[in-house]
Amino acid sequence: MNPRTKTADARASRRDVLRGAAAATAAQWPLPAIAQSIPRVVVVGGGFGGASCARALRDSGASVSVTLVEARRVYTAPPLSNAVLGGLRPLAAQQFGYDKIAAAGVTVAHAAATAIDSPTRSVTLATGDKLSYDRLVLAPGIDLRFDTLPGYSEAVAAELPHAWTADGAQIELLQRQIESMDDGGLVAITVPANPARCPPGPYERASMIAYYLKNKKPRSKLVIIDAKEEFTMQSLFQNAWTALYPGMIEWAPPSKGGDIASIDVAKHEIDTDFDTYKFAVANVIPPQRAAKITALAGVADRTGWCPIDPVTFESLQQKNIHVIGDAAIAGAMPKSAFAASVEGKLCADAIIRLIGGKTPAASKLISNCYSLVGRDYAISTTGVYQPVSGEYVEVEGAGGVSPLAAPAAFRAEEAKLADAWFRTNTREIFG
Amino acid sequence: MLALVVTPASAGAAAMPPLVAACSGCHPANGGDPMLPRLTGRNAGEIVAAMKAFRTGSRPATVMDRIAKGFTDGEIEAIAAWYAAQR
Repeated sequence: MNPRTKTADARASRRDVLRGAAAATAAQWPLPAIAQSIPRVVVVGGGFGGASCARALRDSGASVSVTLVEARRVYTAPPLSNAVLGGLRPLAAQQFGYDKIAAAGVTVAHAAATAIDSPTRSVTLATGDKLSYDRLVLAPGIDLRFDTLPGYSEAVAAELPHAWTADGAQIELLQRQIESMDDGGLVAITVPANPARCPPGPYERASMIAYYLKNKKPRSKLVIIDAKEEFTMQSLFQNAWTALYPGMIEWAPPSKGGDIASIDVAKHEIDTDFDTYKFAVANVIPPQRAAKITALAGVADRTGWCPIDPVTFESLQQKNIHVIGDAAIAGAMPKSAFAASVEGKLCADAIIRLIGGKTPAASKLISNCYSLVGRDYAISTTGVYQPVSGEYVEVEGAGGVSPLAAPAAFRAEEAKLADAWFRTNTREIFG
Repeated sequence: MLALVVTPASAGAAAMPPLVAACSGCHPANGGDPMLPRLTGRNAGEIVAAMKAFRTGSRPATVMDRIAKGFTDGEIEAIAAWYAAQR
């Protein structure tokens, strides 16, 4: 590549980054004279947390400039994406762009954030552009800790998909592998310990893959190699498996051989302390931590996650930086898209109050997560949370899971509610 | 105390108070879904009565019974008043 081409490329990518700017906000940035008079909020990460926060900041009507930094042009929403594997939902139903968010007046910069300098309050993008902020919101989600499972790596994920991020290609890969495996094969799903994104997700995934296998490859089996001795909605899931997919799903916690010793991609084997699983397809969901940008910003602690003030979501380690969604330590609240989108709204409200010199308001928060276990069959876990002594705790007497005994109509109603929540929340955020 | 919690955040009178943000994932200020009851513009008394009935279990529910139990009378009334005032 000669220097001239390089320059042209750099210009093109810079123009690309700026293209998201709607006419209404184009004047606020990058012109510094005007930008300085209006408080600038930069949001890094365009998922359920970040996009919801950017949208809420804009919709508040407050006089702030809002820039959303998101490398992806297409977001593949994780909630309900397991239904794609079951053949119950097209991948396209999970995918959203940022045009409407830009049209609402949010400046969308399609580039990765590569550095954050908290003393000068600026974010550096992969394009070299720097964005100054008065308040920064980090909603970058998780990074997978590829180095924690012997034999697994980012490169191996191209053969043994994790399908655990907002990357549609990983879901498509897993779907293709399940569709092309022989009847009678074994699908292995490895599950990390908590804290991790979407605690019920791996079991919903097992259910949806079993749904597909039962219909298309009924001699096949599925094993869940789990790092945990128990899991959320366990009885509900296991009762459903017995009823819907008898004999198909084996759950192996550490006490029954679920401790992974190594993964051999060439031999298609997962070794645990007790057993060797010879798989046709392996879905490896590695342990996780807050995405790397949080470490670069100095907001992640030794656990790999980000401690926050639950009222403002401001980092306990860096002033003027807020962390929401899966990256944050939000006490008893699960790392769910539902919670992230509410956190985005609460964080937006707190930021507007702080900018206006007002006191942020503590509020209750809901997380309500559905898991699809079959066609027209969903279960849910619900919690109401409030900040007490610096962390979110569950409001006693509220929340819980779907009843263990319920008629088919109840399960079908929950499946419809799952769909309805997804439509409503994604329309609110991306529509 | 409660009034403080639900005071709109900014100049916009319609700004959503934090307490309502918790509900808005399923009951947004605008639009919504046929499966999920629209609360915007609805009579406040109706919303309060429904929430209290969910809380006691006298009104059947899939998830609203579990959610309603997490909110006090004052919070329910504040949420209902905000939705009722929206158009």
